[in-house]
Amino acid sequence: MSTPAPLPKVGSRGSALRSTIAASGSTLGLGLLAILVALILTSPVIIIAGASPIDAYANFFLVPLSSQFRLLEVLVAATPLILTGIAVAVAFRGGYWNIGAEGQLLLGAIAATGVGISIPADWPPIVVVPLMILAGALAGAAWALVPALLRTRLGIDEVVTTLLLNPVALLFVKALVQGPWRDPGGITESPPIVEAGHLPQLMDKSRLHLGFLLALVLLVIAWWVLSRTGIGLRIRAVGLAPHAARFAGIRVERTLLGVALASGAIAGIAGVSEVAGIQFRLTSGISAGYGYTGIVVAMLGGLSMPGVLLSALFLGDLRVGTNKAESALDIPSQIGAVVQGVILLCVVGLLAIRRWRISRSDRPADEAEPPAEDERHLENAPA
Amino acid sequence: MIDGSFLGDLASATFRNATPLVYGTAGETVTERSGVLNLGIEGTMYVGAFTGFAVAWWVGDPLIGLLAAIVAGLLAGAVMGFLTVTLGANQHVSGLGLTIGLIGLSELGNRLLLSGSELQKIQPFPQWNPLAGLGDIGLVFQQYGLTYAAFLLVAPATWWLIGRTPFGLSLRAVGENPEAADAAGISVARTRYAALMIGGALMAVGGAFLTLAVLGAFTLDIIAGRGWVCLALVIFGRWGIWRGVLGALIFAFVYSLGLRLQIMPGFDGIPRELMLALPYLAVIAALALSGRNAPYPGAYLKPYRRS
Repeated sequence: MSTPAPLPKVGSRGSALRSTIAASGSTLGLGLLAILVALILTSPVIIIAGASPIDAYANFFLVPLSSQFRLLEVLVAATPLILTGIAVAVAFRGGYWNIGAEGQLLLGAIAATGVGISIPADWPPIVVVPLMILAGALAGAAWALVPALLRTRLGIDEVVTTLLLNPVALLFVKALVQGPWRDPGGITESPPIVEAGHLPQLMDKSRLHLGFLLALVLLVIAWWVLSRTGIGLRIRAVGLAPHAARFAGIRVERTLLGVALASGAIAGIAGVSEVAGIQFRLTSGISAGYGYTGIVVAMLGGLSMPGVLLSALFLGDLRVGTNKAESALDIPSQIGAVVQGVILLCVVGLLAIRRWRISRSDRPADEAEPPAEDERHLENAPA
Repeated sequence: MIDGSFLGDLASATFRNATPLVYGTAGETVTERSGVLNLGIEGTMYVGAFTGFAVAWWVGDPLIGLLAAIVAGLLAGAVMGFLTVTLGANQHVSGLGLTIGLIGLSELGNRLLLSGSELQKIQPFPQWNPLAGLGDIGLVFQQYGLTYAAFLLVAPATWWLIGRTPFGLSLRAVGENPEAADAAGISVARTRYAALMIGGALMAVGGAFLTLAVLGAFTLDIIAGRGWVCLALVIFGRWGIWRGVLGALIFAFVYSLGLRLQIMPGFDGIPRELMLALPYLAVIAALALSGRNAPYPGAYLKPYRRS
């Protein structure tokens, strides 16, 4: 859903940098430029951490692609990021600021574990797996319901309420694994889920599991709904201009509620995928900030589904790479979070610069580009 | 079980646990009154907690650590200013990026500097009690200097700054109607930068309070969503500092009471984590009851560019 690139103005004032920015009119170009700027900005941090940036970036991005096993690990790492990326992108497209994907993911993980440890061990996978996915989606949607109702019924900013529920969800997980679900073995984890609840492995000698395919299917569905159906048109209309959408007869509150619940359900499935595909039990570390990384995925991908896939793969690559670099170069893997944060800042900064350049060109205002994709909430701000 | 010393201890803990929230809420209130939402608050508190501790550990003086935290907060506010004021970038996403990046930087620094076999500790700020002779009631006054500063200095100063100074007038003008403020000769950009940097410094002190006074150590996830709580308290406070402080005291009271009830007979079956979750839910409930028709600043979330 990238808007057409503004025509570069030949001979206008401007340095090479400016024309580079103008040329990045497409979402892909902007994303790549954001990554490049972010890597330059992060280099001093890597030097302070005691490594050469070139070595570090080679380890972060190229080493994970250097063998089949590592490549498959990148897909494993990308799986929850694709799901949380879809969840965030769908919500943001509808102008609903769901920043609670982290908590919704954790609720999905809790529900999947609840099914997985209480179901009879002799039930077949064909029943258990769909049950876990359904339970996780419902739990994620339920966790998203309260902020959504507060927003649509009382006009209370969903940013704050979705954020506040994230630490609550984590406390809920901790209460379970240290209390009623504590493994008799004594460690603070739940007992393992039944064998039938394990998502099937897609290949030998790799952890890649059905969750990856599930994520791709959901990605295609989300793309189709958003770009090819009336529901998607309504969602985008509400996101771009809620007042105009209301004037056109769209039920804005209902659309927002639906978007919020769908977003929560998808984030919940990310939690199911981690429990049933990787950990096979609930731990308080079940999510390594995947809900927040989903925001980076969605924004870097320009809120489009192909973009979400590409940026989730990229950040999955980074995740595997920073883990590898920890042993190879002795750079703590926490550098990955720094890179992610800086990428997000670069994306949003470059979007603003692009918008500014468009508005400064001398075309009359009524021919200007539609608002950049991150600007839609301005009309939507609670007044 | 519930006697004078229990109540004195509870009241004392309430003020202590409200302290980081008072700093954070004061910082976010100043920032939002200029029209900028700073979701970087969680990361700014985190980096304040880490920087304050790391420098205090290095130098051996918590006061130097506190100054370092203030510098870190000023810088965090300036970065937010560059993005949202100079570039006019989306405020939600800029703030979240700042939070992710600053938490990452703090945890990276923690790994590089402090990680080892044992938890590094410093000699924290001492507690102070001018009224120790009053017995149980006197317990309330058993507090850190930063707590006294929060309630007796920062909160009144914030009220005075916003409502009674020329800078406060510019702040409110820029936050309500930047075009008119600009026409009246007020620099929108300079005012917003100042608000973000003052706010950032306050947030960082709120985080540093936890490491330099309460714990004397830095632990991961030390802020645990307190920044998000402050965002809610600003709305609950209707962008005024006194109602925000009241909200902080309510949160801290529920938090402190939960922790104390949980170790008492009759309540000991309730997991500690659920008691810890209670105040977050209380804040959401408070928003639901009072957050309707919240008087958001007129230019909230709107970048300003001279045309």
